[in-house]
Amino acid sequence: MNMIKRFKVSFSKIFNKLFKKKGACIGIYGPPNAGKTTLSNRILKDWVGAEETMGSVSHIAHETRHAKRRNAISIETNGHTISLDIVDTPGLATKIDFHDFMEQGMSDSESKKRSKEATEGVIEAVKWLDDLDGVILVMDSTENPYTQVNVTVIGNMEARNLPLLIVANKVDLPEADPAVIKEAFPQHPMVPVSALEGVGMDSFYEALAKQFG
Amino acid sequence: MIYMQGIQLDLISEARISQMASMEKVRYIIDEVRKGKILVLEKGLNPMEEAKLIEMTMSAIQPDVFSGIEMQSYPANTDGSLLGKIFKKQSSKRLTVIGPANQLKTLKKDRNLISALVSASK
Repeated sequence: MNMIKRFKVSFSKIFNKLFKKKGACIGIYGPPNAGKTTLSNRILKDWVGAEETMGSVSHIAHETRHAKRRNAISIETNGHTISLDIVDTPGLATKIDFHDFMEQGMSDSESKKRSKEATEGVIEAVKWLDDLDGVILVMDSTENPYTQVNVTVIGNMEARNLPLLIVANKVDLPEADPAVIKEAFPQHPMVPVSALEGVGMDSFYEALAKQFG
Repeated sequence: MIYMQGIQLDLISEARISQMASMEKVRYIIDEVRKGKILVLEKGLNPMEEAKLIEMTMSAIQPDVFSGIEMQSYPANTDGSLLGKIFKKQSSKRLTVIGPANQLKTLKKDRNLISALVSASK
């Protein structure tokens, strides 16, 4: 990004802070099955109400195939309240093979339909990058963090000079190793959580307020 | 005459890729990968171009014909110096390998190593 663009982004940030722009729009990104929708649902459960969810979750990849936005979520932490719009995005991928869905027990036609919808979902997720004020990047802490999806999302946030918070999810699993994620991307804040079990959520909300508040 | 069978591997210099506009690069990569080639870019794409490549790859996916790409590049080297932090110096692009998803599989990747398996069978 050139100097003029960087200046415009910085000026916009200062302007927004001065005039208390409400509802920064934050995208939840990550590869399929990292736990993005589980985290979104946890945020809604903690701050909106137990009855509202962002979407269904499944062990089969690409369960979320359309981005879903929930506006004006008020989060209170350390005596301050922040208001955020959260966008739960479909999992990013560079390949989608319908045979993978068939291996999970889906029929040929179901698998092809899911595959087509999943490709559209990825396109939608990429397009959302242009309209966000920041990103929560969810990684599965039982997996190698050096994936192309992670590298590309982090690169995009750095190039746009937008804030990023890395969430090392699934720390409830015995093979989880969030330290590897911190070591891979030391330039960005990282919070270990289990969105499913609600572990580490206080630290997550503190980091959220610090990054996006 | 001896006929060799195998996979074409194109090592593309920075000079060649830098002559292209962003959309030209993305289109070139997708077209070459769909022909079954493995591309190694001396200096990879910038993050916006990588996102555009993912987007266009999704549009090109067809069941039983093309299932997408395998792409691996290293995380950016960030400038941790005080001046680097103040001016948010853009990190340099790094080597990138791209190929058809059904023929290129990443075995291991860390900050400074990409190990991949190339398969002749689709």
